[in-house]
Amino acid sequence: MRNERDFSSADGAGAGQGVGARLPRKEDDRLMRGRGQFVADIRLAGLQDVAFVRSPLAHARIRAIDVPERYRANVFTAADLTGVNPIRAVSGLPGFKISEQPVLAVGKVRQVGELVAMCVAPTRAEAEDIAAAVTLDLEELPAVHDMRKAREAGSALVHEEWVDNVFLETNFEVDISSALDAPIKVTREISTARQCMSPLEGRGVVATFDQRLDQLTLYSAAQMPHITRSGLAECLGMEQGRIRVVSPDVGGGFGHKGILLPEEVCLSWLTMHRGHPVRWTEDRREHLTASSNCREHHYRITVYADRDGRLRGIDCEATVDSGAYSSYPFSACLEAAQVASILPGPYLMPAYRCRTFSVATNKCPILPYRGVARSGVCFALELMLDLVAVEAGLEPGEVRLRNLVRPEQMPFDNITKKHFDSGDYPEAMRRALASIDVEGVRARQRNGEMDGRRIGVGVSIYCEQAAHGTSVYSGWGIPMVPGHEQASARLTPDGGLELRVGVHSHGQSMETTLAQVAHEMLGVDTAKVRLILGDTAMTPYSTGTWGSRSMVMAGGAVAAACRELGERARRIGAKLLQHDPDAVVLQNGEVRGVNGSVTLREIAHTWYRRPQDLPVDVDPGGLEVTSGYKPQRDSGTFSYAAHAALVAVDCQLGEIEILDYVIVEDGGTLVNPMVVDGQIYGGLAQGIGTALYEEMPFDAAGQPLATTLADYLLPGPTEVPAPRLDHMETPSPYTQFGMKGIGEGGAIAPPAAIANAVNDALRPLGVELMQSPITPYRVVEAILARRDAERPAA
Amino acid sequence: MKPAPFGYVRPRDLPAALAALGEPEVSARIIAGGQSLGPMLNLRLVEPQLIVDITGLAELKQAERCGDELVLGACVTHADIEDGRVPDVTGGAMQRVAGSIAYRAVRNRGTVGGSLSHADPAADWVSALAAFGAKLTLRSLAGSRTLAMEAFVVGALESALRAGEIVETIHIPVMPASAHWGYFKACRKPGEFAHAIGAVMIDPSAGTARVVIGAIDSAPILIANPAELFGGRIGGDYKERFDARVADAILAKAGVASPAHRHIHVGVLQRAVREAAA
Repeated sequence: MRNERDFSSADGAGAGQGVGARLPRKEDDRLMRGRGQFVADIRLAGLQDVAFVRSPLAHARIRAIDVPERYRANVFTAADLTGVNPIRAVSGLPGFKISEQPVLAVGKVRQVGELVAMCVAPTRAEAEDIAAAVTLDLEELPAVHDMRKAREAGSALVHEEWVDNVFLETNFEVDISSALDAPIKVTREISTARQCMSPLEGRGVVATFDQRLDQLTLYSAAQMPHITRSGLAECLGMEQGRIRVVSPDVGGGFGHKGILLPEEVCLSWLTMHRGHPVRWTEDRREHLTASSNCREHHYRITVYADRDGRLRGIDCEATVDSGAYSSYPFSACLEAAQVASILPGPYLMPAYRCRTFSVATNKCPILPYRGVARSGVCFALELMLDLVAVEAGLEPGEVRLRNLVRPEQMPFDNITKKHFDSGDYPEAMRRALASIDVEGVRARQRNGEMDGRRIGVGVSIYCEQAAHGTSVYSGWGIPMVPGHEQASARLTPDGGLELRVGVHSHGQSMETTLAQVAHEMLGVDTAKVRLILGDTAMTPYSTGTWGSRSMVMAGGAVAAACRELGERARRIGAKLLQHDPDAVVLQNGEVRGVNGSVTLREIAHTWYRRPQDLPVDVDPGGLEVTSGYKPQRDSGTFSYAAHAALVAVDCQLGEIEILDYVIVEDGGTLVNPMVVDGQIYGGLAQGIGTALYEEMPFDAAGQPLATTLADYLLPGPTEVPAPRLDHMETPSPYTQFGMKGIGEGGAIAPPAAIANAVNDALRPLGVELMQSPITPYRVVEAILARRDAERPAA
Repeated sequence: MKPAPFGYVRPRDLPAALAALGEPEVSARIIAGGQSLGPMLNLRLVEPQLIVDITGLAELKQAERCGDELVLGACVTHADIEDGRVPDVTGGAMQRVAGSIAYRAVRNRGTVGGSLSHADPAADWVSALAAFGAKLTLRSLAGSRTLAMEAFVVGALESALRAGEIVETIHIPVMPASAHWGYFKACRKPGEFAHAIGAVMIDPSAGTARVVIGAIDSAPILIANPAELFGGRIGGDYKERFDARVADAILAKAGVASPAHRHIHVGVLQRAVREAAA
């Protein structure tokens, strides 16, 4: 499957420093020695700290905000923020209802943790003391806490100017009536919990104003600094040139850090108002209760199939709890509306219907989290396919093999017109089934376990659309549409290479992988490649790092810029070698001809220090190139993986142990397989969190109940097994080197594979779990419920 | 997550500590290891006027065997016990319990007296020490008194400590050679708080048992008539005679309404019993 294209690096693919090399991460020298610089590490003279007064209620009218006299100068409310606009993230999809999110609450609060007042003091502790002294007079309103009840007539309204609580309803249908006579028809309700993204580093903001440049500088833990700048400019009514957003080292993003925060707007205003730098560092309680929520889905789904397990159609109604506001730039409807387009995934089916509802509730806005809607749809569909297998009397793996798109169908447009670029999905599934040894598991199940537990095997497969661009996003009509991606490449006078890109790196290893791309194109030692990112003043505009796009898009752009730079260097080199330009080649960092060779370093020296030696027709652009890139098709790359889990279930305590885990992944051409492995490990950990641990419950008053990490459980080293990885490499026909985006995939499939394995283990008891996370309590509850149901009525 | 302002004293001896705690009109909290109080202060769940830091009190770090009991000062850490720096009179039970508390970083600082005073029903010592028949000496300026472990925790985060009173020492009886012990807990993750605890000390030759169900929403249950759990008598075959229905009824009577919760508790208790018999 390996791409046979001849990459120029002389040392060959898989070795050396170019595309395919398992190069150790350049950034680790800094990060692993504790020398990274994160927002909270920034110290500016005169810096003061901010703490916020947040709403203790989910839904209430603000009668009064009482600020003690002695703190009047330290406390700011919406009334003080003159000229500041609310955050507006509108979708152009028909019927979308607009919500305005005031950066400090105006009139009403619509979620616990909503910002009501901003308190500034020399230290965070003093700022929190001031915040504690501010009292709120709130008139509590009925909380809209359940997304399904929120759609019922008579529900309280989150936004009173709306007629209901639905941000957006969508409908998609292809010929569903043709499926209705299918012999197999399975219907279930399936739900996934609300989660918190929980990067190691939370959000954080330092804002300062540079009088000389007449420029606001916002240091923010952000993954899309250019988009943050656009959003800030809209809220503050400022020219974009008067704002610089710097995102230093960032400790994980996962989508959370792509969102424009009200805190960012507040602190920007505050530094300009007060004339000194200000800082806000999100604490873990703020993170859990007031921000960063994701993934709460509900499905009512019916799958139709023939007796042989072949799909006849899927009918689904999906509801997503979108929370109180539409977040910038992705909007409140991306998650739910995307469900309709991605639910069928890599499966063949002649009929399909999906209605989706993005529902407003009195909870934090739902934000896009690694895999966005995909982990939910994978959970829903893959659980259903196991039930089809039961009905058809087939192994679950066999049902997949009968329905997956086949390699000879590639490129393939599925029923929702998703364009699959390449791949062999059945092969990935076959390898996973063989590796987890389904037959061996079946034999073991027949014999029973010595320790009395029940074992089960589960599989799942997904596709991950990545680096999708203009043609996909223009239809959403949200504040951000990706176009060409740009990169700048500059040879320094001593032969080093500087790369400037507008994407960011917060775990993705771009400092390493983009250097590998540059090495591939120019032969420059990766140690001499410096990557500059995370700063709107120093990088080309980019929508940033999201949607598993950075390797494909920024990698393509770096390749384009380096190609052009290499060509210019080659022409200078030809002159230095006294050759015709056509008679020399650029190879391994040198321009070579029959007369000998000249290094890029010597060429750079010539351009900068000895221009008298340059050819007369030299390109006046010199050794600095900004170039742009877009794949031949911008409908996205499709990477995919088959996951297989073997679990043991303790039916007495409800505990689940993952005994074995297999991932067969195809991410196209891998620039650095070790980095890809790391992405998969991290994604798997998050997927296990979704499957078994992470849940942010709310009570009927809309209060978030997991307010510390003692209640919000994240998987740790003892919960994440070492998976067995197998890579396939089917290059994308549309991208530079055949790369595909792989950033999110690891997190998508584990909940489905693990739940299927648990259900496989419990099937002899007639027990099934259709809700994530699968907690010990839920396992025992389901077993007892089944036992009660079987007990003859008294 | 910064604490509200508070005063801080670090007395050099117990009388000075008791004097600080006895200040009228001052809300005071003792800090020992700070593993629970620290986060509670940062979350502003407690806002005492005065923190009395007792980590400097050498007399509370003593650990010695006196006759038929082990006397532990309140400031002995979980790690002191885990690492065997204190004498063992329980056939390894104390060491086992200590080693399974939270994470090593917590065990390094967390103290037995602090954990007991915090009276979290999900913590380990409140259940384990009740099973092992421990007693506590509480001291205040007014003098000292002794309470059985099971009488000390009166509810979730509620102890029998009176204002100005401190846990001074913990007295653990020497376990008879004929006694068996078992300690089992269910946690969502290793190191997290338990959602079910079973702690048992069973002496089949004497026909006695102390059986504790912990990590419920209120104080741990010391089962009043443990023989009922084993079909009316405690003998060498107690493992086989364990009656889950009796345990379930005890939990239901204690107000554990959810059958699934009871099921898990009963399962955990049964494993503690099995461990004792192993």
